[in-house]
Amino acid sequence: MRISSKTAQKIAFSFLGLAAVIVIVPVIVIFAILIQKGLPAINWQFLTAMPRMGMRAGGIFPAIMGTIYLVLGTIVVALPIGVLAAIYLVEYARRNWWTRMIEVAIVNLAGVPSVVYGLFGMGLFVIFLKFGASILSGSLTLSIMILPVIITASKEALSSVPRSFREASLALGVSKWQTIRYVVLPNALPGILTGTILGISRAAGETAPILFTVAAFYLPRLPKSIFDQCMALPYHLYVLSTQVPNVSQKVQYGTALVLVGLVFILNFFAVVIRSYMRSKKQW
Amino acid sequence: MRSETVAVMDENLENLVDMNNKKRANPMVTVHPIEKGEINKANSIKIRTQDLSVFYGATEALKKVSMDIQKQAVTALIGPSGCGKSTFLRCINRMNDTIPGVCVKGKVLIDDIDIYQSDINIVTLRKIVGMIFQKSNPFPKSIFDNVAYGPRLHGISDKGVLEDIVEESLKRAALWGEVKDRLSRSALELSGGQQQRVCIARALAVNPQIILMDEPASALDPISTAKVEELIHMLKQHYTIVIVTHNMQQAARVSDYTAFFLLGELIEFGKTEQIFEVPKDKRTEDYITGRFG
Ligand SMILES: Nc1ncnc2c1ncn2[C@@H]1O[C@H](COP(=O)(O)OP(=O)(O)OP(=O)(O)O)[C@@H](O)[C@H]1O
Ligand SMILES: [Mg+2]
Repeated sequence: MRISSKTAQKIAFSFLGLAAVIVIVPVIVIFAILIQKGLPAINWQFLTAMPRMGMRAGGIFPAIMGTIYLVLGTIVVALPIGVLAAIYLVEYARRNWWTRMIEVAIVNLAGVPSVVYGLFGMGLFVIFLKFGASILSGSLTLSIMILPVIITASKEALSSVPRSFREASLALGVSKWQTIRYVVLPNALPGILTGTILGISRAAGETAPILFTVAAFYLPRLPKSIFDQCMALPYHLYVLSTQVPNVSQKVQYGTALVLVGLVFILNFFAVVIRSYMRSKKQW
Repeated sequence: MRSETVAVMDENLENLVDMNNKKRANPMVTVHPIEKGEINKANSIKIRTQDLSVFYGATEALKKVSMDIQKQAVTALIGPSGCGKSTFLRCINRMNDTIPGVCVKGKVLIDDIDIYQSDINIVTLRKIVGMIFQKSNPFPKSIFDNVAYGPRLHGISDKGVLEDIVEESLKRAALWGEVKDRLSRSALELSGGQQQRVCIARALAVNPQIILMDEPASALDPISTAKVEELIHMLKQHYTIVIVTHNMQQAARVSDYTAFFLLGELIEFGKTEQIFEVPKDKRTEDYITGRFG
């Protein structure tokens, strides 16, 4: 029996639709549960107070601030290195075995499990370079983890700047570096930022890389310098869920909601920048 | 104002070579190329190529081309697609250097200075030799910022001076009247023909002596094309112009000299009237009359 092409199409469409639903449903369910169970916990005190009673009560302020510090530290380290590396690869490096090796390294770096980064960071920054468990070590570890994301996104953004712009600038007697600085980079910036934010939002949610390099189990005060340990949301959540007995579900879900909300805000910025870039892009 | 900026902007050809020991001309007393041109009418060859060959990897795109290009005249390069016109043009401002795997042999002399010698300053060379591309390529910036781009990066920051340069350049590009009220609007909002003239103004703003044009009107409608042609006619009082075109009428209308290329070879070169009326080579005649395969 042959199926008419119309029926075939209908069947195909329903499978495609099903696939889309399978993607969406978990997201909705996760958010629904988080909001339903976590929202009651969230109030001003929860966001701005120190934890009390062995983290069973009080707020999660130091964990929020710790994550923000780590995010900022990671941006400061990873963004310049990532962008400069991408500029080198796209604008200066000739295609040869050396650049191919760098590219292979970047791809592999992206595939390394985060716990390995954590161990690596502990070995290199905490122990060998004697930074100790500190915001510095944690930020450096997270930076290495998200460098591949930033480099890949920046490379793509740089390559998408039309060749004709570069030629126009060079033909005016403008040097190559100035051309990159004043024509290529400004036009690639939205793409670079989008990639960076997505990388950062991944870093913000990771537990394994900060586990041995920075995260404090319980530290009800804010760090004073980059050589201090700090609490961080993902690790705090892990602690609340598995290490501390008798924590109310409300506090656990509230913490999870704050973490997801933070990542969500970051991703939202990335989307806004990207759509702004699309609307402005005229070439 | 303008004369001052000219003095700052003007790149003396001697500066082309990074000379450390030799005496450098004082940039404040350099003569504007226009005046210089009028003084030295006798020596009227601006660009001279000698046995110029270009290889893209193994393919030879240009074969031993020797040609003398006159000062303050329009020289048209014609020939079928792929015959090496753009390649020739891009040798004159060393734009080919930006393509990996290109090898240039032979000589290109500008005012008797070999621009392929090793100590030449390519950035300075490209200030002297401007280029207009086939597809207009204004930056996604305002009209003002497009035209001011070159002077700014060459160190002019005074707003008044920049405004003078932009106005003068747009006037020379015959665009001032159309855009003077919207200099801060994006150049990409302009029509194709206007965009191309912004690109011309942008090139003029760095005060070049030579302007290379690679099919500057091929993407334009007849009216815009006529405007650009008129512009070329005006510009040749001040600049040496080399233009690639696929349009025979255009070559005949705008150029004083015409060079016919075929498969990387320069077949015939001479005064435009002579090339179009009494071509010496059979292949030139066939191409011009449209009897070409
Ligand atoms: N970047 C490049 N890499 C390899 N080969 C090239 C490159 N650019 C041009 N060529 C080759 O060199 C030859 C001359 O090309 P060129 O662009 O100079 O031709 P043209 O006369 O300008 O043609 P058109 O009228 O189509 O613009 C062609 O055979 C082309 O395939
Ligand atoms: Mg061409």
